[in-house]
Amino acid sequence: MSIEVISAINLTKKFGDFVAVDHINFTIGAGEVVGYLGPNGSGKTTTIRMLLGLLRPTDGQATVLGFDVVRQPEEIKQRSGYMSQKFALYPDLTVAENLAFYGGVYGIRERAQLDGIVDLVGLRGLEKERVSALSTGWKQRLALGTAIVHRPKLLFLDEPTSGVDPTARRAFWDLIYELVGQGVTALVTTHYMDEAEYCGRVGIMRDGKLLAMDTPSSLKETALPGIAWDVRVESVALLDALAALERCLGMLRTGLAGDHLRAITSADTRVETLGGALEAAGITVATIERVEPTLEDVFLALAAKRG
Amino acid sequence: MNLIEATHLHKSYGNTHAVDDVSITVAAGEIYGLVGPDGAGKTTTLRLLCGALKPSGALRPDRDGPRIHVAGFDMLKQTEPARARIGYLAQRFALYEDLTVLENLRFFAEVRGLPDEAWRPRCLEILQFVGLADFINRRAGQLSGGMKQKLGLAAALVHRPSVLLLDEPTTGVDPVTRQDFWQLIIRLASPIPLTPIPYPIEGDRGQGIGDVGASEGKGTGGVAVLVSTPYMDEAARCRRVGFMRDGKILVEGTPETLRARLDGRIVELRGQPLPVLRDIAKADPDVEDAQMFGDRIHLRVRTDTTQAVVARLGERVPANGGQVTLLKQVEPSLEDVFISLLENGS
Repeated sequence: MSIEVISAINLTKKFGDFVAVDHINFTIGAGEVVGYLGPNGSGKTTTIRMLLGLLRPTDGQATVLGFDVVRQPEEIKQRSGYMSQKFALYPDLTVAENLAFYGGVYGIRERAQLDGIVDLVGLRGLEKERVSALSTGWKQRLALGTAIVHRPKLLFLDEPTSGVDPTARRAFWDLIYELVGQGVTALVTTHYMDEAEYCGRVGIMRDGKLLAMDTPSSLKETALPGIAWDVRVESVALLDALAALERCLGMLRTGLAGDHLRAITSADTRVETLGGALEAAGITVATIERVEPTLEDVFLALAAKRG
Repeated sequence: MNLIEATHLHKSYGNTHAVDDVSITVAAGEIYGLVGPDGAGKTTTLRLLCGALKPSGALRPDRDGPRIHVAGFDMLKQTEPARARIGYLAQRFALYEDLTVLENLRFFAEVRGLPDEAWRPRCLEILQFVGLADFINRRAGQLSGGMKQKLGLAAALVHRPSVLLLDEPTTGVDPVTRQDFWQLIIRLASPIPLTPIPYPIEGDRGQGIGDVGASEGKGTGGVAVLVSTPYMDEAARCRRVGFMRDGKILVEGTPETLRARLDGRIVELRGQPLPVLRDIAKADPDVEDAQMFGDRIHLRVRTDTTQAVVARLGERVPANGGQVTLLKQVEPSLEDVFISLLENGS
């Protein structure tokens, strides 16, 4: 049994009548990488702010690294790192100066420790570069460097690789895995399924509620409330087919997926039902195929408001 | 009908070739995805196509010079009519935060030369199409990120372009909005006029957004869309995809043909502990690449070695204290293709 790094019990935050976070419960063990997915306003950031001790919960409780978020927020802050998608870097300062600045904030002045960070995030040789001259990928590494300058045991990452290509993303995640290998635990909030796939477990939030939290593979296998289908029709009939499927019995959601349609139906829907609905609308069907759902299918089915 | 036909595009800044002999065609109703790392030349290519940048001449006098045709017009010689056929959504676009949604759109309509009597019905029609009809009096500064993006798209569509250029349109937008945004893009590229026109316009020949056939007077077909993106799940929604690096399009094709390049060479490995499994896999002579994800590892193996690798790992992992829960060949993803291309080319 791994050590609990985060434990939230009925954690709740209200702003007036608005319930931003609504009685959520979860635990995260040491060395886990957990993703937190949700649309804007679903309560992700409010949750993180409560866990960091920046915001007082209205109800429920949480411990982080064994400290209570209400009574011992300073202990938590000293042991946690936070990297925002909007990197708080000084563009006119060099890489080394940015690290030295953040080191100073945490009272770290030893040259060796700052040097260690430069090597860890792979910025050796770029210490004297101004931040404004760095590519997004390098800035991301430096932002990570400033977040771990005090060698925290827990790392909060807010959309760490938004806007970069797969090669830069995987290089960044290899760094995160290296930190995790050294005993760090990471909680990652993100909009991107590509990013969520790198997490060992993924939680999905909507309207302040935690709807599911499991491995990406298990979410795909079990969290979709129905069946995923790929429907191919002749291209001129694509929009008509979309309209016909939207009216079809058992349809949970359907959408255009490039040159074909993706449909999520209730679990008891049969291929004949879909085919029949399309043929009744005068549409020639090429293929209707049952497919493995993607993490996005699961997310949209759970997180998108229906109606 | 090809609505974008560009050949031998170059753009050099001193000795840096931002775009290096790129040729690209996009047909009516086609969505073409331009994917590539930071600095590959995607944005410069889009700026050349929309006439915001002038291409550099041929690198050597014996080579063909650049040629850009948009909906039949030569961008380099008939710049104004060519530009009039293009809608362009830049990565960072300017909205007037103090103006309302409708006032913003009116501004773009007037810039595009829409006559006084035409702008209002046109703007209302487009706002309905992008789903902002209920927010016409809201100030742009009060819109959510996703709504701003939709207003940006509306501004790019206000003159009913037959060619749409989108530069990373969904970066920073939440997944529900991204899904909505893509539904709009695919609708625009679809051959059927999108929405009945609620406000008929005098002298406007009555075509809807995306009904290019009518506006160009021949055939039917949707808008030609060229979209740049760093996201593979977005690339997968495109009819064709071009991988760009160092100013060149390395390879292009449908998502299916691109994935077929790695058919039979991707193996999924699940078990415990993942770092140990990855290190064992990396040590295998037939494994070219091992990428760790949250709860699994993707291996790229040499051609025709899948069975051998599966057999070997099935023995080696338990022998080294690991545990395998799943080990099988899987379909390659576009991300697998992207990474193998970038590695092999460098």
